[in-house]
Amino acid sequence: MRAKRVWSALGRSWLVLSTVLVVAVLVLFLVHIARQGWQVMGWEFLTDRPRRGMTQGGIFPAIAGTALVSLLTVVFSLPLGVGAAIYLTEYAPDNRATRWIRLAIRNLSGVPSIVYGLFGVVLFVDLLGLGTSLLSAGLTLGLLTLPWIITASEEALKSVPRAYRDGALALGATRWQAVRTVVLPPALPGILTGAILGLSRAAGETAPILFTGVAFFLPFAPTSLSDQFMALPYHLYILSTQHHSLEKVRPIAYGTALVLVGLVFTLNLTAFAVRSRMRRRLETAR
Amino acid sequence: MDEPVRIDCQNVEVWYGSKQALHGISIRIPSNRVTALIGPSGCGKSTFLRCLNRMNDLVPGARTRGSILLDGEDILSPATDVVDLRRRVGMVFQRWNPFPKSVFDNVAYGPRIHGIRDKARLAEIVEDALRKASLWDEVKDRLRSSALELSGGQQQRLCIARALAVEPEVLLMDEPASALDPISTARLEDLIGELKERYTIVIVTHNMQQAARVSDYTGFFYMGRLVEYDRTQTIFTSPAQEQTEAYITGRFG
Repeated sequence: MRAKRVWSALGRSWLVLSTVLVVAVLVLFLVHIARQGWQVMGWEFLTDRPRRGMTQGGIFPAIAGTALVSLLTVVFSLPLGVGAAIYLTEYAPDNRATRWIRLAIRNLSGVPSIVYGLFGVVLFVDLLGLGTSLLSAGLTLGLLTLPWIITASEEALKSVPRAYRDGALALGATRWQAVRTVVLPPALPGILTGAILGLSRAAGETAPILFTGVAFFLPFAPTSLSDQFMALPYHLYILSTQHHSLEKVRPIAYGTALVLVGLVFTLNLTAFAVRSRMRRRLETAR
Repeated sequence: MDEPVRIDCQNVEVWYGSKQALHGISIRIPSNRVTALIGPSGCGKSTFLRCLNRMNDLVPGARTRGSILLDGEDILSPATDVVDLRRRVGMVFQRWNPFPKSVFDNVAYGPRIHGIRDKARLAEIVEDALRKASLWDEVKDRLRSSALELSGGQQQRLCIARALAVEPEVLLMDEPASALDPISTARLEDLIGELKERYTIVIVTHNMQQAARVSDYTGFFYMGRLVEYDRTQTIFTSPAQEQTEAYITGRFG
């Protein structure tokens, strides 16, 4: 009896301690970045271009570059990913080929991002002749996010009760009508959440854009798909390891980190909000 | 049979993979009557019901043989337009399955997918279908609220209204009352009695009293075969087969 209580107390302390530690590290990390980054933060930092060998000025081209390349990523991967997921869950026969395809997709989501970067160079930059450009980088990041979007969408579609499909088909709906009218709507929150989370990971990636389109320094935001661009994660990497006077640009590096973390944080919050809001709407419809 | 036949089935067989689920079912289902299919779980009555609107097509590995004539036209033929067939042969499921939409949108779902856009026309169809399903008075003030807020019995009648809104000729019901309370069940049975004036109804039930109450004809299924099929009164008072008698008197099943 006594031993049981001791074990129970020990177990509980382990769980509490783990949680406290994790949260503490996270808070420390965020506070540190925020405090260091705050020194340079301001309107000018967000809207100006880097000046004097990046030791002064702002990071606007990097912000714009990351925003644009992320937008391209979504434009490519969302329709393709959702389409593939719908095909796999709603149309494809449940046979060995389908299972292999599914397994391959799951595996792709574990492939290191630098491999995607190399693949992007071969396929988009060289073979398709798109050069190192916003378009090549967007396509490469799109490839990277595809497996995440497909997997999230498949899960969301699978969670829609079969009875909805049967009900629609029994009324004379075609398969496509059933998908569009009763399967997709309830699956949408899950799909969008998956897409936004995938995007927020892609926005922070450096490796896939390294050889496909990102530039060391550009004074302006990209204006066409064939332009090179600056990006927040790469800019951060430059400022913290490649710059000729690392000490001098440290505050700007922290500022960049703060903006990047803020962006990812905002995206994740959006995903959270989308999910809970659409779920609520569905619940009231329930 | 001395009545007009709506569905004429000859030698219908169904396989799921290598397992045969139905053996040579031949049955003639009369127009504007209620035909009940009874039998123990797994006897094939639901499988047979799902042949009548080709819902078995959706089961991977399912194959159907034989012929099913609906108004003289073989619906098992590969040339059959399944989408149109399912408009003509409506179905109500065991577990009510309204869509997570409003009451109105549920009933308007069928007409909409079949191309009706006109708002006034849709409103007319919805009211008519809800009246036929004797649900109108209960929901007329909450057409815009969610179908999932209705009670179980109301949701099942909503599913019937949804099926009626596409103006089917035949209505298939797969144990429609098995999850309902006694009062809702009684209402549903009354409704079935009213509906047979306009529709040919085939109902699967495991409740023999229910079959006796609502149906004009009854077919007894056992182990994938149609053991006996006759007027309900005959089946329940003087069945020709010993197995039928054993089942309806509760000796097995």
